[in-house]
Amino acid sequence: MHAPHRESYLSAGIGLRSWLLTTDHKRIALLYFASITFFFSIGGIAATLIRLELITPQGDLGSPDFYNRLFTMHGVIMVWFFLIPSIPTTMGNFVIPLMIGARDLAFPRLNLLSWYLYIAGGLITVTALLLGGVDTGWTFYEPYSTFYATGYVILTIFGIFVAGFSSILTGLNFIVTVHKLRGPGMTWYRLPVFVWSTYATSLILVLATPVLAMTLLMLLAERVLHVGIFSPQLGGDPLLFQHMFWFYSHPAVYIMILPSMGVISEIVPCFARKSLFGYEFVVWCSIAIAAIGFLVWGHHMFVAGQSLYASLAFSFLSYLVAVPSAIKVFNWTATLHEGWIRFDAPMLYAFGFIGLFTIGGLTGLFLAALPIDVHVTDTYFVVAHFHYIMVGGAVMGYFAGLHYWWPKITGRYYPEYWARFAAILAFFGFNLTFFPQFILGYLGMPRRYQSYPPEFQIWHVLSSAGASILAVGYALPLFYLLWSILKGNRAPANPWGATGLEWSTRSPPPPENFPATPTVVRGPYQYDRGKPCMQAGHV
Amino acid sequence: MQGFPIWPARAGAYAGTLDFLYICLLVLAFLTAGLVIFLLIFFAAKYRHGSNAMRGGPSVKTWRWEVGWTTASLLIFFGLAVWGASIYLKLYNPPPNALQIFVVGKQWMWKAQHPGGQREINELHVPAGQDVRLVLASQDVIHSFYVPALRIKQDAVPGRYETMWFRADKVGRYHLFCAEYCGTDHAHMGGWLTVMRPRDYGDWLRAAGGQQTLAAQGEQLFRRYGCSGCHEPGGTVRAPQLEGVFGSPVPLSDGSVVIADERYIRDSILNPKAQVAAGYQPVMPTFDGQISEDDLAKLVAYIESIGPNSGRGAR
Amino acid sequence: MSEQALGVQYATPGQEREAVTLGMWAFLATEVLFFGALIAAYFNYRMWFGGEFIAAARMTKVVLGTINTGVLLTSSACMAMAVSSYEAGSRRSPVLWLGATALLGVAFVVIKGIEYSLEYREHLVPALNFDLARHGGVAEIFFMFYFCATGFHALHLLIGIGLVTWLAIWIGTGRIDRTGSTTRLIGLYWHFVDIVWIFLFPLIYLAGRNG
Repeated sequence: MHAPHRESYLSAGIGLRSWLLTTDHKRIALLYFASITFFFSIGGIAATLIRLELITPQGDLGSPDFYNRLFTMHGVIMVWFFLIPSIPTTMGNFVIPLMIGARDLAFPRLNLLSWYLYIAGGLITVTALLLGGVDTGWTFYEPYSTFYATGYVILTIFGIFVAGFSSILTGLNFIVTVHKLRGPGMTWYRLPVFVWSTYATSLILVLATPVLAMTLLMLLAERVLHVGIFSPQLGGDPLLFQHMFWFYSHPAVYIMILPSMGVISEIVPCFARKSLFGYEFVVWCSIAIAAIGFLVWGHHMFVAGQSLYASLAFSFLSYLVAVPSAIKVFNWTATLHEGWIRFDAPMLYAFGFIGLFTIGGLTGLFLAALPIDVHVTDTYFVVAHFHYIMVGGAVMGYFAGLHYWWPKITGRYYPEYWARFAAILAFFGFNLTFFPQFILGYLGMPRRYQSYPPEFQIWHVLSSAGASILAVGYALPLFYLLWSILKGNRAPANPWGATGLEWSTRSPPPPENFPATPTVVRGPYQYDRGKPCMQAGHV
Repeated sequence: MQGFPIWPARAGAYAGTLDFLYICLLVLAFLTAGLVIFLLIFFAAKYRHGSNAMRGGPSVKTWRWEVGWTTASLLIFFGLAVWGASIYLKLYNPPPNALQIFVVGKQWMWKAQHPGGQREINELHVPAGQDVRLVLASQDVIHSFYVPALRIKQDAVPGRYETMWFRADKVGRYHLFCAEYCGTDHAHMGGWLTVMRPRDYGDWLRAAGGQQTLAAQGEQLFRRYGCSGCHEPGGTVRAPQLEGVFGSPVPLSDGSVVIADERYIRDSILNPKAQVAAGYQPVMPTFDGQISEDDLAKLVAYIESIGPNSGRGAR
Repeated sequence: MSEQALGVQYATPGQEREAVTLGMWAFLATEVLFFGALIAAYFNYRMWFGGEFIAAARMTKVVLGTINTGVLLTSSACMAMAVSSYEAGSRRSPVLWLGATALLGVAFVVIKGIEYSLEYREHLVPALNFDLARHGGVAEIFFMFYFCATGFHALHLLIGIGLVTWLAIWIGTGRIDRTGSTTRLIGLYWHFVDIVWIFLFPLIYLAGRNG
């Protein structure tokens, strides 16, 4: 509290205990960065093995069972232990209090508990996977996962269940923080879009995750107690599971993409040196995506045996939910008009995001069309669609934010030319990996297949080649970012000339975030002919 | 067939209809993505830091643009939704007098039963130019019957019947896949749809055996399982007569009315207490766990065969 | 836990009080979705199975369930008295009212336990001794819901009893509540658990008993 003048949050307190028992949101963010990188690597190894296997039409890298466990592991880890926590727990935790002029989140100890729950859940699930894993797919469809699957279903699901509480508590923390801890002058319409996006994400975290919790508990009850809640053998309804599962899992994909959109909304105005076009629209689109996102889950079930009227309704609503995303893309693009654009790595990642998210989102329009979905659902078309959004979108947004806030978090610059190279490499590797999968999907190549008809091979070979390039594009930042912590040039408070409150304080920030509570005098992203007008009136 | 396949084969006219929608969407997507990407690159070049482009023009009324592209998006998306729905409704309403084939999926194979009693495994032979209606069942987990060349798939859900229909026009052999993950050999649970000229199909039917039609086999089961004991005149227990029932409305004891389609017949056999015919006691025993999906198909075929002439159930 | 320093993130105690209150409401929202999912699944089966499902509901112990409803409603009244007397400044009154709340909560759990033991004796417990041949698969699904719903509710109630007891001791030994809202928030939680029961009771006990 009464730290010496030049102390940063990194140097305040050394030793393992000061990190493992910290309540400083910035340190907790770093704990999350480390653990998320760990889980991302495991998911990435699974992806590597999958793409290696798929180079040839026959199954030659292990048994079908092994492959089935591999793609299940990839999905489970990437969805619950990487994508869902990624930006909110790392950048959200670090930056949100700074952005609103607060000294921490509303409930710092709850924040630490969130991290421990996440680690506990992650360790339980990884243990299950190491013990032999599970082959149900990350979607755990019934009755396969309860009465037919062998493997560690119960342990895996329990790990996800525990990690779900981490999600809920994080979301709760952010909601209360944004409502109640905004500093003087920080009205709702002066909040950076990243805060609004995280707020919308938190609404989903808090309202959707409990449904997953109940669904998983019912699944566990069935598997452990052999009672037919969902299984038709005992009179249950397998479609009920799908409804309950997707009621959570569709909003979950908005948990994964909204924070990335928030990051892009920070980066584009900063590197175009211009106010964000249509701030109010972008803000309310975030809320709209969160709200409408709760109403479209049935588009995962168009061929599942759902009623005609339900399918029609979900198709129309799925088109509706695409509109706010489209509006955001137009707004980001319009922001570039008459700007002074620089191409630092964060901006390169942002450009990549806008292009790839647009393509991914447009393919969503295909899927929302009922008869097209009948043909391409459960094929590689869907795989390509969600990877364009999740990887081309969310992960690219993650790397964008990582580079953007890296100087603030570490006090160091990363090596710019390596970063640009990695961004461009990842962009090309990504497209080569996933664009062929659209073609594969329309051709009829089903998902979750270890072996496939030989005529599909050329597209799989291209896809795997792309994956190897993408892997390099992801591995490079790991090296140069770590290098920069030790050897990078020192960064000033505002290396990019951005306007938010987080850039009004030192890099890295002091433990209490600001020497004195800043007063906000203007909205975000104000530039006067290319010069930033800081939100903080004084520091 | 190795090489560079770009487009799946078309086995029927419907595939062409769908491909047209898809191509229009492709064009729309290319134009939109092209516009966005073009603008990104154009603005990036023109307004890069240090360029001498004109900046600081009159301040733009942003809400005009917002309303503009929001409205455009809404209209285009709504149009796509309606177009897609209209094609989908065709999928949902099978024409009458379709050739009905019962298909059962089980780990990890597809079994088909033709009305003439012919059985196939992992293969389906159909005549070209003929509407075909598949009644799908699963013996264990959820599977999905998928023929890319027809552009249709339908999940086979255990515990119920699902139906799909198609008309194949082009003679050939087309991939059949299982499209819902179902365990170890999910990737091997496939085969071929063979579309034949009607005369060749007739030859195939004769060669494929089928001593007895499906309905005749069903009649034998009807007696073997004791159904005739109650459901035929002179039975020991008062039970609804089943002649003429298939496809007709059946009033239930709770006051509602259902159409006696395959689903109703199957549910009545496996879970008779759920929907009791009005005016009858709920005394029918359940055959749940005693009759395989194959045999159920035969029984349903029999009941359908003694229905009124145009008897073919609603979906 | 006597007078504690205000957390560094709060400028005033009032701000902390508002934050903690909003936090509790957000938490209750998650609980609504948690129980709501279960209730939605219940409705799915009630509509799908119709008469058989409702017939199974008649095997619940409606007399005990009704008594329990009365017990819980009374406990909520006691909790409300505890909150209002605490905020009026009294210290003895809230402790007594909180004690009554906790006791009534324990009574609820005991009566529930009696119900469970009766159901066990009647072979109605799925996975333990459910008599499938006699009651059928639909009834087993009903009783799965019964035990899951009332079980989760009882778990939440036990947590509530613990919180109320702790609060009673805390107030009784003279601790000062910095935010001034702890009593009210625990009251919110208690009332929420009560409301869940008010939804569960007619759904589970009164189904099919209207004629």
